[in-house]
Amino acid sequence: MTPLAEKEFMSFVSRFLTSRWGPIFTGLVVGILAPVLVKLGNPSNMGVCVVCFSRDIAGALGLHHAGVVQYIRPEIIGFVLGSLVAALIFREFKPRTGSAPLVRFLLGMFAVFGALVFLGCPWRAYLRLAGGDWNAVFGILGLIAGIGIGIVFLRTGFSLGRNHPAPKALGWVMPAIMVTLLALLIVAPQFGRDASGNPVGPIFFSEKGPGSQHAPLIISLVVGLFVGFLAQRSRFCTVGAIRDMMLLRDSHLLKGVLALIAAAFITNLILGQFNPGFANQPVAHTNALWNFGGMVLAGLAFTLAGGCPGRQLFLAGEGDGDAAVFVVGMIVGAGFAHNFSIASSPSGVSAFGPVTVMIGLVICIIIGLTMREVKA
Amino acid sequence: MSDIETVDARGLSCPQPAMLARQALQKADKGTIEVLIDSSTALENVSRLAKNSGWNVTVEDQPDGSYRVVLKK
Repeated sequence: MTPLAEKEFMSFVSRFLTSRWGPIFTGLVVGILAPVLVKLGNPSNMGVCVVCFSRDIAGALGLHHAGVVQYIRPEIIGFVLGSLVAALIFREFKPRTGSAPLVRFLLGMFAVFGALVFLGCPWRAYLRLAGGDWNAVFGILGLIAGIGIGIVFLRTGFSLGRNHPAPKALGWVMPAIMVTLLALLIVAPQFGRDASGNPVGPIFFSEKGPGSQHAPLIISLVVGLFVGFLAQRSRFCTVGAIRDMMLLRDSHLLKGVLALIAAAFITNLILGQFNPGFANQPVAHTNALWNFGGMVLAGLAFTLAGGCPGRQLFLAGEGDGDAAVFVVGMIVGAGFAHNFSIASSPSGVSAFGPVTVMIGLVICIIIGLTMREVKA
Repeated sequence: MSDIETVDARGLSCPQPAMLARQALQKADKGTIEVLIDSSTALENVSRLAKNSGWNVTVEDQPDGSYRVVLKK
């Protein structure tokens, strides 16, 4: 392409993705590619799950020792770097920080606790539904309830305060962390084995279970980059979709989520991956109460933080240091979720899942009631 | 200038810029409202919201990279 034609093409891409078709197109792409990633090796109904994949990264880094969920997921790396590329091309790389980062860290942790009691973030909740896992209905209802509670706080003056422009270097920290993770994924350093013959790390990869199931690295990475690029431009957000509909009567983002569900449903049908029912669903349990309860907490935490876990990755890619802190909170929280027996397993909720959801709800409600913008 | 209401939404997370703009639009019903914004996402959200409720939107780029959005009805 000549430089002029290239410029015109990029301008068209930008206008298309920021139009009302942007979220729909992004949703269609995710809805088609996520089940394809499952076909190529990712865990069932988990073509893309931002929380599950953050949890796998936490495990790979040795932050928890649940041997079945340890892998550095290239999709997460791609989300951040794809968003970075789009932000650089379209001049939206704007490093910024200072909007209650510590509270965002907590919100990231509690969002993950809630999502891991359900066993999936909003992305996976929609993908599970599109795969015929009817337990997801309770999760999505919980998500809507949690977002509804968050909206009550937004309406009554909740705010994490304003961010401020930051040096360019700050915006490069999260992309640099992602490049480091990619290097660790490729090199996978091993310092030997202990007396029982188990690897001592520092990087752990599952030999069985969901963590051992993954599409080829390069394909996962390219899909991640592509989705990250699209979502940065289209502002795709799986929590904003419901929030904007409830709060602003704006269906712009919701159409993207509906497109995702429809495309994933059809793709699953074509690939023979649609298995309707409640029982024996992959990486899922049938406890309706805590499928609901876990996602109430997650929905509330995501709403207070301003967007779904995918959106936090895309914002981190365009230089938002506060979203990056939320992401770090998710990864650290995922470590705690397994070490403290909070995360559910296919056999059901764990010992401390329900009580942690209740503690998390109390803490998020305190955050919702107390965080206000402080006038200078 | 004193009759122009200003909404300063700079640095706020989603959905606060759109929410504050919407509150101002609903309160004013008609007239001129100025919204200060520093992210393209908030700019798109506020513009879409205002256009959908029949307001005329003009965007002025500011020297510091932020936007001054003037809504008229």
